Amino acid sequence: MTAHSLLSSLLPLLTPIVMLLALALLFGGLLGFAATRFRVEGNPLVDRVNALLPQTQCGQCGHPGCKPYAAAIAAGGAINKCPPGGKATIAALADLLGVAAEPLDATHGVESSRKVAYIREAECIGCTKCIQACPVDAILGSARHMHTVIVSECTGCDLCVAPCPVDCIDMIPAQTALQRWHWPLPEPAALIASDRRQGVHA
Amino acid sequence: MTDMLLLLVGAILVNNFVLTQFLGLCPFMGTSGKLETAVGMAAATTFVLTLSSACTYLLYHYLLQPFELVFLRTISYILVIAVVVNFTEMVMHKTAPVLYRVLGIFLPLITTNCAVLGVALINDNRANTFAESVFYGFGAAAGFSLVLILFSAMRERIAAADVPEPFQGPAIALITAGVMSLAFMGFAALV
Repeated sequence: MTAHSLLSSLLPLLTPIVMLLALALLFGGLLGFAATRFRVEGNPLVDRVNALLPQTQCGQCGHPGCKPYAAAIAAGGAINKCPPGGKATIAALADLLGVAAEPLDATHGVESSRKVAYIREAECIGCTKCIQACPVDAILGSARHMHTVIVSECTGCDLCVAPCPVDCIDMIPAQTALQRWHWPLPEPAALIASDRRQGVHA
Repeated sequence: MTDMLLLLVGAILVNNFVLTQFLGLCPFMGTSGKLETAVGMAAATTFVLTLSSACTYLLYHYLLQPFELVFLRTISYILVIAVVVNFTEMVMHKTAPVLYRVLGIFLPLITTNCAVLGVALINDNRANTFAESVFYGFGAAAGFSLVLILFSAMRERIAAADVPEPFQGPAIALITAGVMSLAFMGFAALV
């Protein structure tokens, strides 16, 4: 077969290829235009506030989770309702939002060290109530079978403690894994008087 | 006008896409668990189906036929449907965020609804005019919506019923759909 006859046999393919390419280009352009024309701006502040929250999804702030609380903060809500985050989170939020840091609101709970749930498995009756309560799906088990906690997933929110009918869930201090261990941060010293107003306590 | 009315009734009741032609069965089964999701899916499908039958008509009569490329019908229709769905999603996200949140995942799923492609292909085979195509697409979507909403209402009742264990879940749903399909055969001589 000569080159010329090969070319002429391929010629009928040209129209469909060009046509499909043109269609694809047209539609691609249309979608590209729509993507910029109808772009939806999320509220970037909510995401930045959410990144600072501890993501325990514990609901102690009175909101159903960390993201709703972040939305409330971005809308001008109080920043001192997060017990799991404690002083460090409040200071970071105050820094981000340019407002004065306040002490933790005690009506929402007190700051404590990081905890993890532990199910005394011999006493578990397999009622699945703690599984339904867990906001991060860290409890494994099924009806009438023993449940257990996936330690790496547990945020220590203690929402599973109250629903347990046989009180077999303990909150024990979380052990820091070797990979996560770091030197404790130095206590910030109040160098000048204005530091104290910023919420930095010696 | 009478023709259009007959076309609508034909597409909704007599040649119902789900129960008579057995197209679009996956959203019919998948989104009929709850009445709310069924209504959302029905609304989204109606919108997309009407729009896509208009678009595919234009594509067929002004591009594919003049260039003798009718054999590219399926692939180019899929392209058009995907674009229409995607475009609808973007516009809806911007202009109607509440509706967007209600429809959620169902909107992109319409791309794979075979009733959408089915309507486009049947439109060509019936040699419908532009207005007929749009009406036929709308009728097909209305029929889909009708049976989807009826079916989801039934499934909500079935969820509370005492179904024998081997028939629970999709089995009883499919049996119910079969009985519904039998009932729709009663419309056969309507038009």
